[in-house]
Amino acid sequence: MPEKASIDINHVARLARLHLSDEEKRVYTAQLARVLDYFALLDQIDVTGVEPAAHAAPVYNVWREDVPGATMKPSEVVMNAPLVKDGQIVMPRVVAEE
Amino acid sequence: MNLTTFDTASSSVSRMEAIISRCNAVEPKIGAFLARDEKDALSQAKASDERRAAGRALGPLDGVILGVKDVIAVKGQRLSCASKILENYVSPYDAHVVEKLKAAGAILWGRLNMDEFAMGSSCENSAFQKTHNPWALDRIPGGSSGGSAAAVASGECDAALGSDTGGSIRQPAACCGIVGLKPTYGLVSRYGLAAFASSLDQIGPMGRSVADCAAILQTIAGHDERDSTSLKVDVPDYMAALAEPEKPVTIGLPKEYFGEGIDPEIRAKVEAAAKFYEGRGCKLKEVSLPHSSCAIPVYYIIAPAEASSNLARYDGVRYTRRSAAATNTDEVFSLSRGEGFGAEVKRRILLGSYALSSGYYDAYYVRAQKVRSLIRSDFMKAFEEVDVLLTPTTPQPPFRFGEKTDDPLAMYLEDIFTISVNLAGLPGMSLPCGFTAAGLPVGMQLIGKPLGEAQMLQTAQVFEKAHEYASMRPAL
Repeated sequence: MPEKASIDINHVARLARLHLSDEEKRVYTAQLARVLDYFALLDQIDVTGVEPAAHAAPVYNVWREDVPGATMKPSEVVMNAPLVKDGQIVMPRVVAEE
Repeated sequence: MNLTTFDTASSSVSRMEAIISRCNAVEPKIGAFLARDEKDALSQAKASDERRAAGRALGPLDGVILGVKDVIAVKGQRLSCASKILENYVSPYDAHVVEKLKAAGAILWGRLNMDEFAMGSSCENSAFQKTHNPWALDRIPGGSSGGSAAAVASGECDAALGSDTGGSIRQPAACCGIVGLKPTYGLVSRYGLAAFASSLDQIGPMGRSVADCAAILQTIAGHDERDSTSLKVDVPDYMAALAEPEKPVTIGLPKEYFGEGIDPEIRAKVEAAAKFYEGRGCKLKEVSLPHSSCAIPVYYIIAPAEASSNLARYDGVRYTRRSAAATNTDEVFSLSRGEGFGAEVKRRILLGSYALSSGYYDAYYVRAQKVRSLIRSDFMKAFEEVDVLLTPTTPQPPFRFGEKTDDPLAMYLEDIFTISVNLAGLPGMSLPCGFTAAGLPVGMQLIGKPLGEAQMLQTAQVFEKAHEYASMRPAL
């Protein structure tokens, strides 16, 4: 684990697409530094030859039968979207107008 | 024989009316519910009475009034996860557990408060309201399923559904003096549970007695192909197990759970419970779970990592809230999230994104997963010698509002005895084992072998039957 770990808050907030105020950045940086210090406990554990566990018990790939089942109507799929036009979700333009 | 506390003899409508007036009377003090649809509940109750009158009752849960944590989908109802970002979200479908409970005739009643996205141990992270502990109104009800626990304890429903990622059923159950059970990972489908940390989340029952929880578990457990981690196993008959004659078991006491940092009154109550079992012919055995101290750091790497991925979907596109200030796609994502999420959710998204980011992934995430393997093998080794483990559920009695809100780490330590059970995928439950001198409920935790719910429930019931705690009610 990196010596004296600290979070580059601007970089991580950008990765998470999470807008933070300057005050939030200051507070979270300090709070998370304490949490990261606590993680250093794990450096003392010998994990040589130990398999990482993504799940508590082994999980294998699961295939379902390829048969048609109940589906939602398009209107239900978009019913919670904030901006809908003609059954489609509207987003700001991503390509500049000529 | 009806082992549960559920009253299935009276009319469902009259019971629903009684629950509604109980809620009207005590909700101003408790604040357990985010929403209650009285008309809908009464029509469910009427349907239950009609089935019964026609001799077509759907089973032991027909007419039982169950509260639902606001993280579980009920078609046509709000599902906010106690977050501003989902404030106006309406579920387009039923969760698997809700389908099962509807088919069993249960009356689904209200949306119960919680910590935002199930992140927290006090309900103080709800974006909407505080929930008060029915036993001490100036104290927290626990979390994240604090609304569920408080509603059950104060008689605002017969029982409730909660969800548990690191203790979110068991810790509030302990704080509010009720029974709460987290099943073996994969026993109950997560379909329709808003995801927090997918490798740890489980839905489970919270009720006034061991049998109440068993009856609900019986109904909601079982394979569901819509959850790829759902186990293909035969669900045992838990009610039949509870009706069997008592048989002594070997109970393990993990020494790491009785050391420093535990409130002396809680330790004394749990030790007294161990003595009780010894008196009933059970064998007590001290065991060691040497990696216990790693559970919190492992959890607070893995759970936020999974959460940062799961919560990426709340981006202002599909889920109700988009920032009015956003002028381009990038701002739709970042401003909507910045405005919609509360402080603890933001902290965990940051922590998880950091742990998964380039350069830190191996040092944090992979290392945590390796230590997770060690935590599980500690338990499996202990279970070679014992049938169940007995521990405290929480290190402290329920604390006062605001005591830990400025110190995330102090709040995280609240789950020190429950978290490792999720990391290892085991079943665990909390049941009342007494009160502190100040009158605050104390819970003890039983931990079972994988899919060992029946034995865990039997062991719990032996204690419950010999004590009065299950019938004690807060004065409200």
